[in-house]
Amino acid sequence: MLFYPESFKVSTPSDREVLVERDFNAPRELVFEAFTKPELVRRWLLGPDGWTMPVCEIDLRPGGAYRYVWRKESTGMEMGMGGVFREVVRPERLVATEKFDDAWYPGEAVDTTTFEDQAGNTRVRLTVLYESKEARDTATRSGMERGMAAGYDRLEQLVAEIAKVSAG
Amino acid sequence: MQTTSSQLDATFAALADPTRRAILARLAAGDATVNELAEPFAMTQPAISKHLKVLERAGLISRNRDAQRRPSRLEARRLAEASAWLDQYREFWEASFALLDTVLQELKTRKPPRGKAPRR
Repeated sequence: MLFYPESFKVSTPSDREVLVERDFNAPRELVFEAFTKPELVRRWLLGPDGWTMPVCEIDLRPGGAYRYVWRKESTGMEMGMGGVFREVVRPERLVATEKFDDAWYPGEAVDTTTFEDQAGNTRVRLTVLYESKEARDTATRSGMERGMAAGYDRLEQLVAEIAKVSAG
Repeated sequence: MQTTSSQLDATFAALADPTRRAILARLAAGDATVNELAEPFAMTQPAISKHLKVLERAGLISRNRDAQRRPSRLEARRLAEASAWLDQYREFWEASFALLDTVLQELKTRKPPRGKAPRR
C-alpha cells in the first residue's frame, strides 16, 4: 500500500482559520469510518508515541456530542476535549464545535472536515475556524507549516539565533 | 500559580510583538540595561520598560532586582519550552496520520472497495 506523508500540509486560508490537509490511499467511505468510529479513532488520533485515548465517545448525528480524553501513560498527564456535531454528511463532510478542557485560546472553535474522492484515494481537509484572529494565533502558531506562519517562523529564527549566540 | 496553558498564552502573546522579539534577540548577545535596550529601537525608556514587563511576566526574561542598573537577562529555557511545545503540536497531526495510514490499510484488507479485487 502507498502512503502519502509528503501530502501533509498546514496553511492559513484566512486570519481565523487553520487548514490541515493530507491524502490517504483508501476510499473515502473507509476514511470517513476511521474518523467517526470510536474503536478506530482511538487507534490513530494519538500523536507521537506515548499517548493513549482512554475516552473516545462519538454520537454521530447533528446535535450529538463527542468527547476525547488523551493520557500520557509515562506521566499520567491527561488532556480532554469535546464538542457537538453540527453537520454529518456521510461520507463527505463533518462539522463540529471544538473546545479543550484546559483551553489556551478564547472561545469555541468550529472544525470542518471534508473527505474528497481523488480517483479512489481520499484527500482530507480539516479546517479549524476560531472565534477571532487572536484566538487562532494563540492556539495554533504551531500547527502551521514552516513558511506559512510568520509568527512560528520568527520564533524558530529567534530560537536558532539564540542557539547560535549561546554556542558561539 | 499559573497553569501550563496560561504560561504558553503569556509566552505567545509576548512573542507576538516585533519589538519584544528584537529585544529578546538583543539579549541573546548578553544582558542589557533599559538604557542600552532603548538606544537601537529609538524608543523612550518607559516604552521599553513596558515591553520588558510583558517579557518578564511571560518568563522570557529576568531582571536583577538588587543591581542598581537592573540589567535584563534572557531566560532561554522558557523560549526553548515554548518552541518544544510548538513542535509537539505540529507533530501531533503528522504522527496521527501515519497511524491512520496503518488503520486504513487494515480496513482495506478487511473490506476491499467495491469493483476491485481484494489485495493479497
